[in-house]
Amino acid sequence: MTTIPVKTVEIINQFGPHLAHMRAANLDTGLEPDKLVYTHCCFCGQQCGIQLKVKNNEVIGFEPWYDFPFNRGKLCPKGVKRYLQGAHPDRLLHAYERDPSAPGGFKPLAYDQAIARVAAEIDRIQTAYGPQAFALLSGASLTTEKTYLMGKFARVCLKTPHIDYNGRLCMVSAAAANKKAFGIDRTANPWSDILKAEVIWISGSNVAECSPITTDYIWQARENGAKIIVVDPRITPIARTCNLFMPVKPGRDVALFNGILHLMIEHDWLDHDFIEQHTVGFEAVAEHVKEWTPQRTAEVTGIAERAIRQAAEWWGEAKTSFLLHARGLEHHSHGVQNVLGAINLILASGRIGREFCGYGTITGQGNGQGGREHGQKADQLPGARDLGNPEHRAYVAEVWGVNPDDLPQPGVDAYELFRKMEAGEIKGLLSICFNPLVSLPDSNFVRRQLEQLEFYVAIDFFLNETARHADIVLPGSLHEEDEGVVTTVEGRVIKINKAVDCPGEARQDWRIIQDIAKALGREKGFTFNRPAEIFDELRVASRGGIADYSGITYEKVERQMGVFWPCPSEDHPGTLRLFEPGSWNPVAQGKGPFYFPDGKARFNVASYSPPAEDTDSDYPIILTTGRVISQFLSGSQTRRIGPLIDQYPEPLVEMHPVLAERLGIADKDWVTVESRRGSCTLRAHVVKTIRPDTVFVPYHWAGRRSINQVTIAAQDPISKIPEYKVCAVRLKKAAEPPEYVQEFEPYQ
Amino acid sequence: MPVPAENIFFVDPRRCIGCQACVQACSECDTHKGQSMIQLDYIDRATSTQTVPIVCMHCNSPTCAEVCPADAIKVTEDGVVQTARKPRCIACNNCVLACPFGVPKMHTRMSLMMKCDMCYDRTSVGLKPMCASVCPSQALFYGTREEIERLRPQSRPINSFQFGQQMISTKVNLMIPKETPLEYVDVISAMHQPAIGQDIFADILMADLNLEETVQ
Repeated sequence: MTTIPVKTVEIINQFGPHLAHMRAANLDTGLEPDKLVYTHCCFCGQQCGIQLKVKNNEVIGFEPWYDFPFNRGKLCPKGVKRYLQGAHPDRLLHAYERDPSAPGGFKPLAYDQAIARVAAEIDRIQTAYGPQAFALLSGASLTTEKTYLMGKFARVCLKTPHIDYNGRLCMVSAAAANKKAFGIDRTANPWSDILKAEVIWISGSNVAECSPITTDYIWQARENGAKIIVVDPRITPIARTCNLFMPVKPGRDVALFNGILHLMIEHDWLDHDFIEQHTVGFEAVAEHVKEWTPQRTAEVTGIAERAIRQAAEWWGEAKTSFLLHARGLEHHSHGVQNVLGAINLILASGRIGREFCGYGTITGQGNGQGGREHGQKADQLPGARDLGNPEHRAYVAEVWGVNPDDLPQPGVDAYELFRKMEAGEIKGLLSICFNPLVSLPDSNFVRRQLEQLEFYVAIDFFLNETARHADIVLPGSLHEEDEGVVTTVEGRVIKINKAVDCPGEARQDWRIIQDIAKALGREKGFTFNRPAEIFDELRVASRGGIADYSGITYEKVERQMGVFWPCPSEDHPGTLRLFEPGSWNPVAQGKGPFYFPDGKARFNVASYSPPAEDTDSDYPIILTTGRVISQFLSGSQTRRIGPLIDQYPEPLVEMHPVLAERLGIADKDWVTVESRRGSCTLRAHVVKTIRPDTVFVPYHWAGRRSINQVTIAAQDPISKIPEYKVCAVRLKKAAEPPEYVQEFEPYQ
Repeated sequence: MPVPAENIFFVDPRRCIGCQACVQACSECDTHKGQSMIQLDYIDRATSTQTVPIVCMHCNSPTCAEVCPADAIKVTEDGVVQTARKPRCIACNNCVLACPFGVPKMHTRMSLMMKCDMCYDRTSVGLKPMCASVCPSQALFYGTREEIERLRPQSRPINSFQFGQQMISTKVNLMIPKETPLEYVDVISAMHQPAIGQDIFADILMADLNLEETVQ
């Protein structure tokens, strides 16, 4: 049983989250740093360049990195205060084992003993139940080297099909749709192409809060004359001054895209030459959107017909454009259809593969792009190869020095792994860079499955909420304690540089994985001495694949301030922009710019279906979830940084005053949000900047403040992304503050 | 060393996204570490996400210095109004009350008025101030007049503000839409106008909704 060993409040007392504030060296104005280290932010996919100030093996502050071309010194508040995660009182300095008699329920354990115990348990479980009974959960905030190693560790060392990653909650709908339409999964353009686009279409992306640096690109485009169209159920800061705001009813985006394409066809706002020469499948899509008249589109989406017509006209008549989307489009049980709908507008306009004609999905995690390319995904091998493809298996098996037949077949997605725990098929788990108890939907289900595991080992630098269920906790490394590459929102491979050494017994994550392999007696292929050695193998493993990194070196990354993949040889500068006319790729072999054998892009019929759980008389309100700027993902880092918690201390239920008034709720009242799966009592935030039929709650908090107690585990049938953006709830004013307030609020 | 004359501070609240990167970065500035000197406020969060960042405008005739009975507030020769001199400041709050922009802050624990000094430790050696360095939306911009003209063709800077009888000109500029026929901002009368867009927001979001069904 892996229930938590002691009461939550006792764990928090010992392991946090506690809040780090500026103190000592952070406040000393006369302190000269020992060195400034050029690196990047540890949080989102923008991957802003930053310099870390280091004194006595501690990161004590930052200095802007003005020369890094993407952000030119700009940072959001998370980047500014990220250094406070260093030398944090909650930092795990030893391995721990679960022990209800120890303070906080975990007792320090010598590192080697912990590794031996992990290896013994993996061996026991795999011997008793088969290799597939042990699963791995990994993450896209890791460097690409680590993600590569995790995939190899699963397939070669543990021989389990069951590895998946938290990009499953993030990028997979966009990835699947991009592969269907373009044959490649990467943002097509550098962000500099935003600057002179005539129309910028932003769907389902709270740009200002979730990808803040992109804001300047958009405002700069506006100064250059661009019209900005924003589609969102909330008037987010980026929507506040846009030229056209379309308050879409959550879950109806694909209907809007189909309606726009309908109008483009009606008014002949099409690039016929492009459609004919570079695409297939237009006729079927044209037929499909016939029924999406402006009137029907307006009825389904909740957007005024006039606005839909205006958007179609601007988009249709533009000479240049950039379409951006993020999780608002993708976190749906039909997320892939939404994205395909958006891509159809790009292909019909022919505005792709040229300067200022762009398309991109905004990555969420720091390595949201690189973390989904090199094999930690259930069905994937390095170089964006497919684990189900015999040729791909043969190539990678050769690089790894194993028999292709020994590589497992594709496994299942991260949520399905928990269903397999329920079914008793998975008995053991290793997690790194993933906090599923906070980040997965219907978290009461997730918790029950954690409690059933025979053995669970978590690698992390803080004791995250999921790790509280672990039998063994291994002390991993912070971002600033290791080096390696990540790939940014633009497809730019950049280098994370090490600023400080791991404290105490903590180890760089790749060393921990290799130590486990060694303790299992299967160290062959896991004897790297440096991340650069892992990267060199990754380059070979990716060679000839779609995500070809073979020509990228650390030296080139630093010299060019990043290298855009694909980069198939050392004398190749990288690929700034995909799909340029006449460009070569390994799939089309010169037949065209898109990554299919005929070189042509694919139109795909994008079908509308309502959300898996639509509102009804019992649950009449739509719940949608997302982020706030001062917090990041499951909050395991940002809920420990005092100034960020000060900025937005607790999750609020954002609702329109019309709705609040009908329910007798005033601003700051306690309100219970209840679905068929669970409930959550939080304070109300009554604002006119949200649709009156929808409430919004940010998901960064844990325990009784986690909105994922309420969300639904419905998933897209293709991408398996959960439907975080829509479920049905009812609201009522709470008679009194929830019980957790008194117990937990002092701790956050 | 003086601030290079060509670099100017520009504020464009239309760009502001309320992210507080400026507030967080301000407290990293070496001259007042741990204290943020910038203010960022919602105009009216119940109706809009509009926020406005307020840095010291560095008035050409700074009211704060003029009302200081202890002559504690000094202006550098390049026009940057500084935090009160510690040995002189008597913590009387005159400056706090008098500043029309509400910039000086009294730190009672230190008995000292502190304010934005445009990161003088940085700007005096050619670096950008912390807030304008990090600002993701570049609502806070630090650069030359040529740069701002090239980068912001739809906007223009003004630096005159009227508060009742008092007309103030400032070193820091406010960006306004180019076509706006203003020579100065009449702040007092602007305060009595409703936040722009209130009605629009209500209309957009209320259109085409069947509320009876939603909240029965």
